[in-house]
Amino acid sequence: MIVICGVIYPLAMTGVSQLVFPDQANASLTKNKEGKVIGSELIGQDFKGKQFFHGRISSIENNAAASGSNNYAPSNKDLIKRVEKSIVALKKENGNVETKDIPVDLLTNSGSGLDPHISVEAAKFQVPRVSKEAGISIEKLDELIKDTTEKRSLGVFGEPRVNVLLLNLKVQELQKK
Amino acid sequence: MGVLQIAVVILLLLLIVKPLGTYMYHVFSNQPNKTDKVFGGFEKLIYKISGLTERKAMTWKKYTISLILTNVVLVAVGYLILRLQNYLPFNPNGIDNMEPTTAFNTIISFMTNTNLQHYSGETGLSYFGQMAVIIMMMFTSAVTGIVVAIAFIRGITSKGKTLGNFFEDFVKGHTRLLLPMAVVVTLVLVGLKVPQTLDANITVTTVEGVKQTIATGPVASLVSIKHLGTNGGGFFGVNSSHPFENPTPLTNVIEMLSMWCIPASLTYTYGKFARNRKQGWVIFGAMSVLFLLFLSLAYVSESNGNPALTKLGLNTEQGSMEGKEMRFGIAQSALFTTVTTAATTGTVNNMHDTLTPLGGITPLAQMMLNVVFGGDGVGLVNMLMYAIIGVFICGLMVGRTPEFLGRKIEPKEMKLITVALLAHPLIILGPTAIAFLTDLGKGAISNPGFHGISQILYEYTSSAANNGSGFEGLADGTTFWNVTTGLVMLFGRYISIVALLAVAGSLVKKQPVPETIGTFRTDNTLFTGILIGVVLIIGALTFLPVIALGPIAEYLSIR
Repeated sequence: MIVICGVIYPLAMTGVSQLVFPDQANASLTKNKEGKVIGSELIGQDFKGKQFFHGRISSIENNAAASGSNNYAPSNKDLIKRVEKSIVALKKENGNVETKDIPVDLLTNSGSGLDPHISVEAAKFQVPRVSKEAGISIEKLDELIKDTTEKRSLGVFGEPRVNVLLLNLKVQELQKK
Repeated sequence: MGVLQIAVVILLLLLIVKPLGTYMYHVFSNQPNKTDKVFGGFEKLIYKISGLTERKAMTWKKYTISLILTNVVLVAVGYLILRLQNYLPFNPNGIDNMEPTTAFNTIISFMTNTNLQHYSGETGLSYFGQMAVIIMMMFTSAVTGIVVAIAFIRGITSKGKTLGNFFEDFVKGHTRLLLPMAVVVTLVLVGLKVPQTLDANITVTTVEGVKQTIATGPVASLVSIKHLGTNGGGFFGVNSSHPFENPTPLTNVIEMLSMWCIPASLTYTYGKFARNRKQGWVIFGAMSVLFLLFLSLAYVSESNGNPALTKLGLNTEQGSMEGKEMRFGIAQSALFTTVTTAATTGTVNNMHDTLTPLGGITPLAQMMLNVVFGGDGVGLVNMLMYAIIGVFICGLMVGRTPEFLGRKIEPKEMKLITVALLAHPLIILGPTAIAFLTDLGKGAISNPGFHGISQILYEYTSSAANNGSGFEGLADGTTFWNVTTGLVMLFGRYISIVALLAVAGSLVKKQPVPETIGTFRTDNTLFTGILIGVVLIIGALTFLPVIALGPIAEYLSIR
């Protein structure tokens, strides 16, 4: 049993997977236009530049060699402090906005600390800033967001969302032009 | 939309129960059937190599001893591999040998189907360790649970002295059930972007020019059996919230159904063995009612958001998103949390430590009851134990000798059941109290206030119920935690297995009593209600005080 379940099964699965699904089995790597691998579409990256869309908070700065979050309890004082700080920072970056208009996913840490997605609202929320910093029209950005939005699986499961890395790749391309 | 996606998943489960339950009946009924042709040859080879040419039916004592000895051998081999992984092949990331108490905790954790993890997979285990220890034990521990259920069912539905041959059941559980299912689920998951490779970690330069190292490995083959075997130990530290373990809502649904289908279908298998399918549906019905109750609590609390943050003026439309992934949102996260603690799998797709106080009661309470579907095999056995208690209580009320499936329930059986019943709260509440009395225990708390009580309580409840999820903020990687939770997991698993197999051994010998008009029926809605009542009353009497101290107090403090 040790040999069958512990050695033969995983090795055989690796072999078959590599043959049938070579891209998926190797971490779904994403390349830019020049063909250089710049990350995995499944793993979030830390975007700091104002000309890019920003992802969710990651207590581990999207370090994909590990994974994790702070595991703050809902009653933890540090959580409240962190959220207050983020509200101030987001207001400063994105012009005068009301607290209730900030999408909650931008203020919260994902479970894995590697969440590659933000909500559609969170992407739209950042459009004015990105438009100004990157020199791309608001209409063009809205169009990019619409193209990048992933719908619910089979129309039912999960939530509509935007992959930050794929969206920013498109932003970068437009800028180069 | 949230309620709809939950309803669709439950509907899919209902569609699986009958075919899978029937299949498991055919596998373990030992009558010649179609599956022999497919698997017979392969099994003969295994029997030949391991010298099991003669496979006689065993008494409960022999069955239990064979089970425990097999588990002991597996523990010994696994422990050695963990301690020596640095010298063994398939270690491209140069992971060092595991420290002794962590290895002790890990090996007990995986053998007992708990999968509590006091290490982080990316940095603590080589690929060989992940495969030969973790994946291997995910199969063997789940099959151990399933054969216990099968032996128990045989005990209460057949007549004779024996419960079947352990080794034959054990082999069949692998070859006919878990291995084929795992192969299918693995390939589907890889198709949906879960990695499966033996290459080392990947380093890339990101869009902004920063270096990012991405950990990968043979993930899919582990994730599939992790759920099918109600194991729950993740390849990565954050388990199924990691985008590689669970990249899309579709994989999320597949993972939930994988861990749910065997415990749910076993109720149908039981009905087939009892030659009265209603018996199985009564158990399934009771489990489902409890499940829906806890699911609603989790879903509503998480949707309402964190009251402490709402006070800051935040928008509550998205619910409490701290510790949750965007692709799952509230519905897929709340359902996952409820399924994983019902089926005592312990895999998580959101951080349970960060659940809202009332939402956090759902996982805690389901692990305390340990009967809402439950882990592969053991969940059904626990629920049948409550069924016997239910019959006993009703028997006392009307002054008749209680009977279950035509067998008299007498003091000997009740004593054994009481042992199994009391062991569970004892090994949760005892160590929790000890942890609070010592600095070694208290020092691990990472969230101040009432939530700290929940953190420690959750850790031991999860260990005792062989669930393995955690309020992961707890700093549990120390000798104190490794040893205490290791022992709790051991007792939590084997005390009830031995006691309940003894009950089965005693019931199998009894002369069945013919059914009369005065017989108390156990196959109708009335008994479903009684069963739910017994579970809730016993659970509430035992655990309500400590729940009030932890989650309820926290809720009141931030309301």
